[in-house]
Amino acid sequence: MASKQVRLTFDGDEVKRPLIYEMGHEFGIVTNIRMADVDKDTGWVVLEVIGETEEIVRCLDWVRSHGVRVDDATLGDVVEG
Amino acid sequence: MSFAYALACRECGREYGLEPIFSCDFCFGPLEVSYDYDLIKDAMTLDSIESGPPTIWRYAPLLPVDSQYKVDIGTGYTPLIRADRLAKAVGIDTLWIKNDTVNPTWSFKDRVVSMAIGKAREFNFEAMACASTGNLANSIAAHSAAAGMDCFVFIPDDLESGKVVGSGVYDPTLVTINGSYDDVNRVCTELSYQRPWAFVNINVRPYYAEGSKTLAFETAEQLGWRAPDRVVAPMASGSLFTKIWKGFQELEKIGLIQNPKTKMSGAQAQGCSPIATAYEAGSMNFVPQKPDTIARSLAIGNPADGYYALKTMEETGGGAAMASDAEILEAIQLLAETEGIFAETAGGVTIACLKKLVEQGAINKNEETVAYITGAGLKTIEAVSSEIRTPIHIQPKVEEFDAALEAYN
Repeated sequence: MASKQVRLTFDGDEVKRPLIYEMGHEFGIVTNIRMADVDKDTGWVVLEVIGETEEIVRCLDWVRSHGVRVDDATLGDVVEG
Repeated sequence: MSFAYALACRECGREYGLEPIFSCDFCFGPLEVSYDYDLIKDAMTLDSIESGPPTIWRYAPLLPVDSQYKVDIGTGYTPLIRADRLAKAVGIDTLWIKNDTVNPTWSFKDRVVSMAIGKAREFNFEAMACASTGNLANSIAAHSAAAGMDCFVFIPDDLESGKVVGSGVYDPTLVTINGSYDDVNRVCTELSYQRPWAFVNINVRPYYAEGSKTLAFETAEQLGWRAPDRVVAPMASGSLFTKIWKGFQELEKIGLIQNPKTKMSGAQAQGCSPIATAYEAGSMNFVPQKPDTIARSLAIGNPADGYYALKTMEETGGGAAMASDAEILEAIQLLAETEGIFAETAGGVTIACLKKLVEQGAINKNEETVAYITGAGLKTIEAVSSEIRTPIHIQPKVEEFDAALEAYN
């Protein structure tokens, strides 16, 4: 089993969708919310995802395909000026 | 000597030892250095500061690096210049320019890299590393050279030649990456987990960020130990912006200034403005962007401290603005023509946003304002080369000069 910490950023209609439920349901991974802030138009969730490495990769690709941005949970862009 | 005693989570407050870590195990929040301010009060007095070196190290007790590890290439204590001509042009009474273009590698990054390399030496890292679009790369390469450490610099493969040379001259291992901005981020993040290197803005990030506080320390000292009414500073990751405010607060904690009421205003380029966009939308949640701006030193689409920058604006009653590429170029020229300071594109962003905030009435005419110019114009010469007037070209004859001058004017 592998574990990864990610930050999901939602925008627009995706805010309303139960994506985290679907991640667990469709890909059999465990999701553990550590921090979150969601308002009516935007939101972010810091999430630990636990599961088989391949499933985590597939799951996060699926999340991206729904227009949700996926980043490492603890870092923003590491490329600086 | 440093009086740092712990790293603390900015979200849940949990404390950790002073280790090369950057996020909280519990909530994944970012870690920040904590200091013993009671001890610093005794160790850091006006006399001790004024008798210190004319560099950032005059404020050593409020920095995380112990003196035996410091790498000092002469960073800081840069001029605070009264900018009356620019003040008049933008429409305010009192304006100061904190001119950080004169640091050893011509940008404020020398302040933060000074902290990162000191802690890297203390933690016995084998090498320094960073991913950069220019200024950070220049600074880390110079500091590593001075410390005799190996250095790995990752840069996009379309970087301006001046910035490549500005790093290459110090002989680091320079790696140009063929890929998108996100690819560079991904590769460097993965490398940071695999290599025994100090990635300055990853595994030593809490210490690195502390260097920006010295901009506030110097400003307060140069103003006669007080904080200004207003700060206008550029925002990329948002770290510099939040640390300037932390710096004023720390000076108050140790009794060197009284009750700072500085309103913090942040400046971003329109083509990469996640923080300013969130501010304008009245949201504390920024949406990451794909950068598309000439201000590449501010091109952080997913700013690690974006949320904290928004909190700083809220806490201080400040705000944010954004400037188009055309406005950035105009502002670079305005600063140069009025004050004789040639700034890189980030400086253009700051001055363009200052002008805009005054025009909008967000900054009152009578607020004493400090604008932070964080990098020198020779680094981004390509951005302005097409904007300057064509030189007069003549044969070596005085009469040709006279005729040409008449036509020129």
